[in-house]
Amino acid sequence: MSAGRQSLSFRQRSVIPGFGLTFGLTVTWLSLIVLIPLAALVLKTTELSFDRFIAIVTAPRTLHALGISFGISFAAALVNAVFGTIVMWALVRYDFPGRRIVDAIVDVPFALPTAVAGISLTALYAPNGWVGSLLEPLGIKVAYTPLGILIALVFVGLPFVVRTVQPVLADLDKQYEEAAASLGASRGQTVWRVVLPTIWPALLTGFALAFARGVGEYGSVIFIAGNMPNVSEIAPLLIVVRLEEFRYADATAIAVVMLLTSFILLFIINRLQQWTERRTTES
Amino acid sequence: MTIDVVGVSKRFKSFTALDNVSLHVRSGELVALLGPSGSGKTTLLRIIAGLDWPDAGEVRFDGEDALERTVRDRNVGFVFQHYALFRHLNVFENVAFGLRVRTGKDKVPDATIRAKVEELLHLVQIDWLADRYPGQLSGGQRQRVALARALAISPRVLLLDEPFGALDAKVRKELRRWLRQLHEELPVTSLLVTHDQEEALELADRVVVMGHGRIEQVGTPSEVYDNPATAFVHDFIGETLALPTDVRDGRLYAGDKPLALDSQGVADGPARLLARPHDVDLADPDAAPFAGRVLAVRTFGPTRRADIEIPGRNGPVVVEAAVPHQQDLPTGGLIGLVPRRYRVFNANA
Amino acid sequence: MSVAEIAPPAATPARVVRRAPPVHTEPAGVRIAIIAVALTFLALVIGLPLVLVFVQAFAKGWQAYVAALVDPDALAAIELTLIVAAISVALNLVFGLVASWCIAKFEFPGKSFLITLIDLPFSVSPVVAGLVFILLFGSQGLLGPFLQDNDIKIVFALPGIVLATVFVTFPFVARELIPLMQEQGTAEEEAAISLGASGLSTFFRVTLPNVKWALLYGVLLCNARAMGEFGAVSVVSGHIRGLTNTMPLQIEILYNEYQFAASFAVASLLALLALVTLCAKTLLEKRIAKDH
Repeated sequence: MSAGRQSLSFRQRSVIPGFGLTFGLTVTWLSLIVLIPLAALVLKTTELSFDRFIAIVTAPRTLHALGISFGISFAAALVNAVFGTIVMWALVRYDFPGRRIVDAIVDVPFALPTAVAGISLTALYAPNGWVGSLLEPLGIKVAYTPLGILIALVFVGLPFVVRTVQPVLADLDKQYEEAAASLGASRGQTVWRVVLPTIWPALLTGFALAFARGVGEYGSVIFIAGNMPNVSEIAPLLIVVRLEEFRYADATAIAVVMLLTSFILLFIINRLQQWTERRTTES
Repeated sequence: MTIDVVGVSKRFKSFTALDNVSLHVRSGELVALLGPSGSGKTTLLRIIAGLDWPDAGEVRFDGEDALERTVRDRNVGFVFQHYALFRHLNVFENVAFGLRVRTGKDKVPDATIRAKVEELLHLVQIDWLADRYPGQLSGGQRQRVALARALAISPRVLLLDEPFGALDAKVRKELRRWLRQLHEELPVTSLLVTHDQEEALELADRVVVMGHGRIEQVGTPSEVYDNPATAFVHDFIGETLALPTDVRDGRLYAGDKPLALDSQGVADGPARLLARPHDVDLADPDAAPFAGRVLAVRTFGPTRRADIEIPGRNGPVVVEAAVPHQQDLPTGGLIGLVPRRYRVFNANA
Repeated sequence: MSVAEIAPPAATPARVVRRAPPVHTEPAGVRIAIIAVALTFLALVIGLPLVLVFVQAFAKGWQAYVAALVDPDALAAIELTLIVAAISVALNLVFGLVASWCIAKFEFPGKSFLITLIDLPFSVSPVVAGLVFILLFGSQGLLGPFLQDNDIKIVFALPGIVLATVFVTFPFVARELIPLMQEQGTAEEEAAISLGASGLSTFFRVTLPNVKWALLYGVLLCNARAMGEFGAVSVVSGHIRGLTNTMPLQIEILYNEYQFAASFAVASLLALLALVTLCAKTLLEKRIAKDH
């Protein structure tokens, strides 16, 4: 237990045993599974010259793929912010038959494997599918177009928005709305000026989580996307394509760009969550 | 403006919150609704505000039916128990809220809003906090913001739900005095809900004592303290020394011993004789109407109290009597109790 | 008093509102519209796809459904999926307990950084997660030559699939446990130790019973993700039929070969798993709320 003895000065003293052991195991396991593999990615990137890296990342096909991944993820997160708020509002504020089942269904995208979601959404929105066949006469094509990617990313991101905002609205004391009404605000003004600003930080967090998830999403998208280079090819798919072509350097460079952006997103999400907590807890 | 509550009843499922309550509040008056929790006082306040609706009865503002208006149109200033300040708005915007939400022909110009809010913040003595957020304020400061916000809409009635409930004892006392002073300056008809009798007695022009969804008594602070109309009011307000008695043939008895005390017209049956501890003298046990054994004597500050066990209908009861400082009272000895001022109530009422 | 009087809003014609005060809710029309929009949206995005899985699976009848599942490649995929999930869940269960003990019961510098690292796999694209193992253990990877010399296969074999799965399911157990254990504090453990219990018996007799439902919940989520992981596994598996194909990969292959019914048949098993997981979640959440 030498680790434990060493760490006595490092952590605060406690009568509970096992710090050295658990801390050591945690750090070792984290290093083996997460840190070393990610370090390998960074190391592999350093084998590339800077010019080569820039050339790969700014190649039109790469830029298109990144643009599609980020752009459509952003759009999907927006759709989820709007409809997720509506769904969440109905679940928290209204009572209707089957409310509990509907509430459970929101979690389906968390639990349903992405490949299953992918083939199912494709079959649903294909021109001969249940929904696709209704949209076809209207001239709307969903499957095998960027619109299909949007649908898949909306599916994947919805629970992030709903589950982040739902507890905040549920915990909102009704006295705030009563106060607004007693001051002469209409119901619309109360919702717009009092309720929405209160849930706003949580909504932003949910948006960011859905966005981050969308950027990296692969399984549910590739079936419905059509995967046309420069049109409906997402960045994760381009990584796979490059790997299959044994162009490891290209795959690595794209992966690094995606990893960096997800770190930045993670940082922003953390900040947002701190903000939410400060807003929703009385000092 | 006057408020009239006529025969208001309200039930929540099987619980009767208000049972046929009627009340008249005069213009410019500050009235306290006082009662234990569950007495219906907050429900009555919320019905007057328009946050709840009665099952039966009427609420009139200046004779005009208030129930036909929603809370939004009723123009009442409501100060919530936990203030309900909007956390995402600073103090200035919180106070301005009620003016900002007016649209169309009621729209208030920005300059007017600014002037009004600044004036109110000055009035409640927190003009230096205008840019702060509610999370950065102390309890007392939040209270003042909540009051300023309620006053900003020039309310016809000011309703305060336990306005000092969330504050510590010292701030509470200070704010209480300040609120009374503010009411003198700005005589808006005000109703205040509290469970703290000291607060009600010190602050209000008149006190409405409520229990079990009914109004037990309405009167000035000295009326309800000195002449409680019911045993409930006597028990709830001030300290009470309760002595078990019986009324037989219109005369008071302690057990079998006839007492030389007025039965105050209470009908035959078990009764309770209620008195303030300072209205009960200690005397020779043989010469006094009541006698008991001294269990303990305690001194705290200027007061001295004795626990005295006296025989009751169903076994002994312990009462707490006031003891003069100079009097020697050995524990275990017998002592007599002579009520000077008292009220007799039917024990089953 | 000098406060400038701002006239109250012009009296609106009295509206009869004697019943139900509309203070915290919207007019009935708005309410119905919001519910309708919410239900339609959920049906289009989640409900119909879920139903469609089962409809398509049985599109060619019961016999075709069963035949698709007892196909040797399908059976091999199911077996591999179960093995991978069992190993990954076991590893992450142990890690989750160890890490949450360390984080929840002690104060030390860098703790929030450690929590961030544990959450990291959530924000890494599954494809990138698979890629890092290729870069580490693949033939052109950093350790590739060493592994080839010693005839060890990691990538395009079971170890690689397990590694990738462990990576993506890494946070599930720890994430459920840490907040709960932090909230429960250390008082009960300190009491147990002051009564003479050893560290291990404190853990098994005091800590574990307090978090058992959250632990089970974390394991369920971890298991669902482990069985369903597609992107990361797809990169490291090499798609060798009957050998390194997990169920999600088998679904992809069948789908790309236009064997839709067979593909949905395998998918229906995973969808069933998801539904069971959600039911268990709903039940467990009540239990966990009690532990809080």
